Amino acid sequence: MTTMGPAIETVDLVKRYGRTTALAGLTMRVERGEVFGFLGPNGAGKTTSIKLFLGLARATSGGGTLLGAPLGDREARRRVGYLPELFRYQSWLQAREVLALHCELAGIPAPDRATEIRDALEIVGLADRADDLVGTFSKGMQQRLGLGTALLGRPELVLLDEPTSALDPVGRADVRRIIRAARDRGTTIFLNSHLLSEVELVCDRVAVVDAGRLVAAGTLEELLGAGSVRIRVTGLDPAARATLARFGPLTDEGDWLAIGPIASERIPELVAAIVSAGGQVHAVEPGRTSLEERFLGLVERGRVG
Amino acid sequence: MSGLRLLPTIARLTLFEALRRRTLWALVGLTAVIVVLTGLGFEYLVTQARSHGTRELQLQVGVSQVLILCAFMFSFILAATAAFLAAPAIAGDIESGVLLAMLARPLGRGTFVVGRWLGLAIVVGAYGSVAGLLEIGAMKLASGYGPPDPLGAVAGLGAQAVIVLTVTLLLSSRIPAIASGAIAVVLFGLAWGVGVLGGVGAALGVSSLETVSSIARIAFPSDGLWRATIFTLEPPAVIAAIGANRSAEILQANPFFAGTGPSPVYLAWCALWVAALVGATVASFSRREL
Repeated sequence: MTTMGPAIETVDLVKRYGRTTALAGLTMRVERGEVFGFLGPNGAGKTTSIKLFLGLARATSGGGTLLGAPLGDREARRRVGYLPELFRYQSWLQAREVLALHCELAGIPAPDRATEIRDALEIVGLADRADDLVGTFSKGMQQRLGLGTALLGRPELVLLDEPTSALDPVGRADVRRIIRAARDRGTTIFLNSHLLSEVELVCDRVAVVDAGRLVAAGTLEELLGAGSVRIRVTGLDPAARATLARFGPLTDEGDWLAIGPIASERIPELVAAIVSAGGQVHAVEPGRTSLEERFLGLVERGRVG
Repeated sequence: MSGLRLLPTIARLTLFEALRRRTLWALVGLTAVIVVLTGLGFEYLVTQARSHGTRELQLQVGVSQVLILCAFMFSFILAATAAFLAAPAIAGDIESGVLLAMLARPLGRGTFVVGRWLGLAIVVGAYGSVAGLLEIGAMKLASGYGPPDPLGAVAGLGAQAVIVLTVTLLLSSRIPAIASGAIAVVLFGLAWGVGVLGGVGAALGVSSLETVSSIARIAFPSDGLWRATIFTLEPPAVIAAIGANRSAEILQANPFFAGTGPSPVYLAWCALWVAALVGATVASFSRREL
């Protein structure tokens, strides 16, 4: 098993379909063991990127590595799980049979397959439907099955393309739980999504693509920057209020004080300063630029630029 | 050679698909009905002919011609079955998205194509063999006449179906499933039609028609294999009598008569043709973007 180097690395990856440019020089790096969110509006090149990683489509130019091997390498694919955006499995097979097929395709040793299948069915909540034909499944159940197949054999890298598009809120929470559990086992997760709240909840790092180009990448902290805080205070005279400006730009809203930007770790210090100045703190509401606001800003800026 | 590891997996999946889907079972049921009905028909025909004092050689000729007509009908059923089983084998899986998850695994596209071809050839071959032998057996039971080479006849029918499935699979690697199946069936029909015209050309001495027919049999060998199938179903006495009589050349115009069997070179060409088309399918599908 290769443990050195990034899970995915691309250098100036370009993909054109005729006159349409799906990817216009994507350069990025996904480290091992992280949950990496890949964000972008429809048609940004997210699914195309995954297809290039797996060799399902060929790059027009540029290249990269997948688990240390060239993109699309067959042996590297043995260590990768994939849930496609278009998740369809043989409707005439039972859920258990689909998983058995993918065990075989993935090269999982025969003695391990029964355990792998049982675990996958348990994880995605389909244990009681294991012997039902996939053709009788709802879209959500088929997506769960797809997630189960992607997790077979404990792959080093799991590529999830819009993994909750057909799921209800309970299913989405389950997927977040499954992603966190996989990360805890050391699996790298590449999460392709436009559900920003979902990405915000589980991703360690995020990249934003638009029109085939990378427009931003980094940790959520780096992307969202420092947040703000609103505090409901009574008993604080104007002079004492003014001294709080040392924590950041201050807006006096009467009973409420808004300070921001401010690093989240400075908020306890701010509250202590209010109390020591004789103020009474009734409520503290940390605020932060949402990923959605930041995402829209990035995409808008990219289009204007 | 690790790429071939999954060949049996894909072939088995294809077999399983054919069994799980109801199409094949519907065909098996219909075939059983056809075998029973034609068996009864043969029995009636032979009883009537004997009661009218028809000579045994005449009876053999009559029965063998009806059997060849049945084989002709069956060859169309088999070709259509091959086309409609093979048409979605690649295109359908691309259109539905099933292939995305499969080909993201360490499964080579060549392995997928060859596995699909192998599985389909087994399905079509098994169906054709069982149905063909049942039909010949029913006729033998009803009339007492058995063709000289029943296994050759079944092999000929199966080989025609393999030709159709092979070309369908090639088309399926590039164009939608329905179009692939329809084009393959049309090609099969055209090949037969050109073969009939070639026979007419031979009977009337029109060499250009014969040439076109010969080229068609090389380019798309289903009709050449159909002629081979006919030869295996004819009574040896008829072949011998016609071979001794040059004026019987007019029989070449009969689409249900073959004066000679296939040459080993032609059979080798058919095998090479299939291998070349499977290779072309692998090359075509390997370049296909999903």
